[in-house]
Amino acid sequence: MLNENIAMVGDRTIPPKDARFISISIMGQEYKVPETLTIIKAMEYAGYQFKRGCGCRGGICGACGTFYRIQGDHNLYTGLACQTVVQPGMNLAQIPFFPANRADHVDLHLEKMPPDERIATLYPEIFKCVACGTCTRTCPMGIDVMNYIALFKRGDILEGAKQSFDCIMCGLCVVRCPANISQMKVAMAARRLAATQLVPRSKVTKDRAKLVREGRYEAMLAELGQMDTDKLKEIYVSREREPNLSEPGEWMPKDQSHL
Amino acid sequence: MPENMTHVPYYPGCTLKSKALGYERSAMDCARSLGFEMHEIEKWNCCGASFPLTKDNLMGLTAPTNILIETEQHCKERDIDAKLITLCSFCYNTLKRTDFAFREEPGKLKTLNEFLNREYKGNVTVIHYLEYLRDVIGFDNLSKMVKTDLSHLRVAPYYGCLLLKPQKELGLDDPEEPVILHDFLDALGCQVIDFPGQVDCCGAYLIMRNPDKVLELSHNILEEASEYGAQTIVTACPLCQSNLDQSEAVRGEMPILYFTQLLAVALGLETEQHQFESHCIDPKSLISSCKKFKEFSDAK
Repeated sequence: MLNENIAMVGDRTIPPKDARFISISIMGQEYKVPETLTIIKAMEYAGYQFKRGCGCRGGICGACGTFYRIQGDHNLYTGLACQTVVQPGMNLAQIPFFPANRADHVDLHLEKMPPDERIATLYPEIFKCVACGTCTRTCPMGIDVMNYIALFKRGDILEGAKQSFDCIMCGLCVVRCPANISQMKVAMAARRLAATQLVPRSKVTKDRAKLVREGRYEAMLAELGQMDTDKLKEIYVSREREPNLSEPGEWMPKDQSHL
Repeated sequence: MPENMTHVPYYPGCTLKSKALGYERSAMDCARSLGFEMHEIEKWNCCGASFPLTKDNLMGLTAPTNILIETEQHCKERDIDAKLITLCSFCYNTLKRTDFAFREEPGKLKTLNEFLNREYKGNVTVIHYLEYLRDVIGFDNLSKMVKTDLSHLRVAPYYGCLLLKPQKELGLDDPEEPVILHDFLDALGCQVIDFPGQVDCCGAYLIMRNPDKVLELSHNILEEASEYGAQTIVTACPLCQSNLDQSEAVRGEMPILYFTQLLAVALGLETEQHQFESHCIDPKSLISSCKKFKEFSDAK
């Protein structure tokens, strides 16, 4: 048992003052940790150091998918370790990685194939889906995984790509799928195909890409490459930024020499 | 008419969104012209395409159960009859048998509800489009709405297996001597070719493993229909259509139509969107031989 008086140790874990201690179980081992910590901080508090299974700590990189149960409740829950607060009686294991099937979706032999057939050819296992819905119940992002697989099965790649857009590739659906489908990889391929073949091309992007290819930015990049670190920091800090909530196309920088 | 159109929830199934688009489009166009609107349920998955034959295999029922749950919600939100219309024989068979299984053994439904962590109350009635025509519209009424003269057409009704069997669970018609497609064709005013092969199996999904066997089985059906003088065959099943059509491409020139495609012609509807061109045997010349009755021929 950990000494409850050493509440301030542990990597970057700063428990709130007067935090109560709760009992949780990490991979079968019981620990007392201060309440209000996220799973990842609680694990660090317990002495874990992360090399895998931890990334942005902001709920968006998908590295820290975690399964847990609560004592006395048969249900299985999921969450991101960096976003989920520990609860008394939590019995958890992080899944830093799980083997998934990633088909070669840039296979040149398939390039001429329409996107729906290509997905069916790359990932024929989607047709083994029995619609049990376990993936949907598993997703910590609240994506209706089963529904996007259903959309791929009937060839609606664009809608499936849209519905899977919030996926952070944590892979917890892949862990649970009884049909051995790697849903996140299918959706990634679908989003790529949708973006390259189904979504209308943006003229602005095309024009900009042309400028890049013509070498419009070579000199500027070379100049940055030569710059000393302090100067770089200075111009980075003083750079003009588009306000977070400005309407598309409304904001223009004062210095337009790069456009 | 559009104002008081009956709202009927509709489950398409995957094939009707890909290979059998003509079936869906013709069915929806006809529905509108007959006074009901098929509304696709908001969210749906593949029905599973085959009903599990091992009695304890509840996993095979999860897909149809999800569909029934979505239907129940769809109807509850709109306060309408929980009657789900289907077109594909596979979907009809799977959904209807699932519904039957739950009525027979409520314990199965309880287990599934707990597994899915959702609730199906068991209120949905699964019906086939043909059933709606027979029981709600009525074939007598249908015959009064026919605008095209089909009296010269010799049409063989082909039922296949999944629309009728097992009778105890589906209850649509007699599995060996069915009449629903016969009566439907009668209502359209064409000559009905009653032939023995109408309930034989076309080979179904054996087409994936043993296409030669399927071509042989389908060939026999086509030969028989031809011998009895049919000019075309109508079916309600996308897989039967596909198997017969592919087999006919080797054998002869008889078009294989969805019954709704012929219905659209009979009702005098615009059929340009009904994908006749996707059939191996192009039915266009046969269709163009059908002229509207005089009283409708000038009507715009």
